[in-house]
Amino acid sequence: MREFARYWRSLRCFWGTSLAAELEYPLNAWIELLSVLGNLAGSVFVLQLLFGGGPQLGGWSWSGALVVLGLYTVLDGFTTCVLQPNLSRIVNHVQTGTLDYVLLKPIDSQFWLSARTVSPWGLPGIFAGLGLIAWALLNRGTGAPSSLPAAGPVLLSLALLVAALVILYSLWFVLAALSIWFVKVWNATEVLRYTLVAGRYPVSAYPPALRLLFTFVLPVAFLTTVPAEALLGRGSAIWASGSLLAAGLCLAGSRLLWRYAQRFYTSASS
Amino acid sequence: MAGPIIRASGLSKTYRISEKQPGLAGTIQHLLRRRHRDVLAVDGISFTIEPGEIVGFLGPNGAGKTTTLKMLTGLIHPSGGELEVAGHQPFRRQARFLRQITLVMGNRQQLIWDLPALDSLRVNAAVYGIAEAEAQRRIGQLAEMLELGQELRRPMRKLSLGQRMKAELLAALLHEPAVLFLDEPTLGLDVNAQARVRDFLADYNRRTGATVLLTSHYMGDITALCPRVLLIHQGQLFHDGSLADLTQRLAPCRQVRLELADLHPPEAFAGFGQLEAHQGHLVRLLVPRAQLAQQVAALLERFAVVDLEVSDPPVEELIGGLFRQRDSNSEASQ
Repeated sequence: MREFARYWRSLRCFWGTSLAAELEYPLNAWIELLSVLGNLAGSVFVLQLLFGGGPQLGGWSWSGALVVLGLYTVLDGFTTCVLQPNLSRIVNHVQTGTLDYVLLKPIDSQFWLSARTVSPWGLPGIFAGLGLIAWALLNRGTGAPSSLPAAGPVLLSLALLVAALVILYSLWFVLAALSIWFVKVWNATEVLRYTLVAGRYPVSAYPPALRLLFTFVLPVAFLTTVPAEALLGRGSAIWASGSLLAAGLCLAGSRLLWRYAQRFYTSASS
Repeated sequence: MAGPIIRASGLSKTYRISEKQPGLAGTIQHLLRRRHRDVLAVDGISFTIEPGEIVGFLGPNGAGKTTTLKMLTGLIHPSGGELEVAGHQPFRRQARFLRQITLVMGNRQQLIWDLPALDSLRVNAAVYGIAEAEAQRRIGQLAEMLELGQELRRPMRKLSLGQRMKAELLAALLHEPAVLFLDEPTLGLDVNAQARVRDFLADYNRRTGATVLLTSHYMGDITALCPRVLLIHQGQLFHDGSLADLTQRLAPCRQVRLELADLHPPEAFAGFGQLEAHQGHLVRLLVPRAQLAQQVAALLERFAVVDLEVSDPPVEELIGGLFRQRDSNSEASQ
């Protein structure tokens, strides 16, 4: 319990100081807001083009696809808030040798590296994504009742969204941790981020080969499509448990790899 | 704690490094098939340090100082030998061990660049589990010793190098560690700032009884602080003893630099000491310590001296000279 209190206090201090540091540069907030709105408008436009051929796309209705897009926007916001600012820094820590200071603190180094900073600039994305999801659910097309979903599907989709975040975090952390051996892995994390852009649209909208790739190699399907299915009341037990299992495995894998990687850390020369 | 606080026995570290030939062909070869070579950075050194000692850690660049320091702090795994610091094996990096040590590196910062030091200090207090009130008390005490006041409320980027180093020291000592590892803590500081950092370290050691292991390129740091020095060269321990012994061994001479009003041929300086350099009006001599006062008086009497400076030759040069001498002796005996 005392340990939990220490970690909780540390996290509050981490985020308090990093918000203060970020707010030294307030112009960023406006630029980020504009970029989120621009991106969202672009994606909605592309979806509209895709749905131009009919009311269905790979078995998804217009509002269902908007839910997927909303979830993607939420995830992308979270990435900007937490993943990007922390995990992209690991490579720098390794290159400049400041990882030494992290490793010498009496606190879990993976926790420090993953939660040391937070950036508020992803919040517009999170709110925009939630707004889009709510709008899509309230404006479900003909046949479906235009009401908010029941508590069950909402809770399940929340759990699956957390699983999605864990999967995304673990993959990213593993790539960043590889910098202990390869030092420069910046490009690999960029490739990951851009591949995940595929999660903007339902997985079944892609050709079969890509569908397999996005499910079993890169877990794009688990990130947005699976939580969206649950939210729309179409969740399947197999997909849900697969998603939670994948999250657990990814997280455990990232911790094991980090422990192993530290044995090879030679620290930058002074 | 009874007995030594640091105990190293046959400590060694081998690095595996990849080598690359210059040029495009070398790059392609490097990409396809890497050639590795093992480098012995630390070669079986043994020493013990008692609680409360201040020990200087000397050696030319690449001698293995930093590698040893990193093994002592637990940042890297030793390849061989035994090591115990504050009753723990450092490389296991247990929280109980980490709470007892600290590392300060003159060329790397842990405090947040855009924020005042006080914000970073709050983070450290939280991480080490120090209660708010206790943290405030310690910050107040250390700030007073370091002569830091309003500087702690200004963003780090607005502070001078000396103030930043003092703030770094404060952050490193907030958890009251028993063992301090300092890697070039006065790097780049001006003479005044260096002196203040030294005074603080001596004062801190006196008050808290903390053990200090210090590396520095500035002989001044070592002479002011360290009664005992460990000299390491090519990964091996060459000297473990008092500074006086080492200085006698390394610098039996002092360096006298002269700027003269007139030009004189090199022969004019015969009998005043060993002529190190002679360039126009500037002359550099090495004079045995015992004869220093007498020779300087004689020089002032004999020549029209515009400027005169007496100093120890740089520690790097001394150590380099010693080892050159040692290498040539061993070649001659073969």
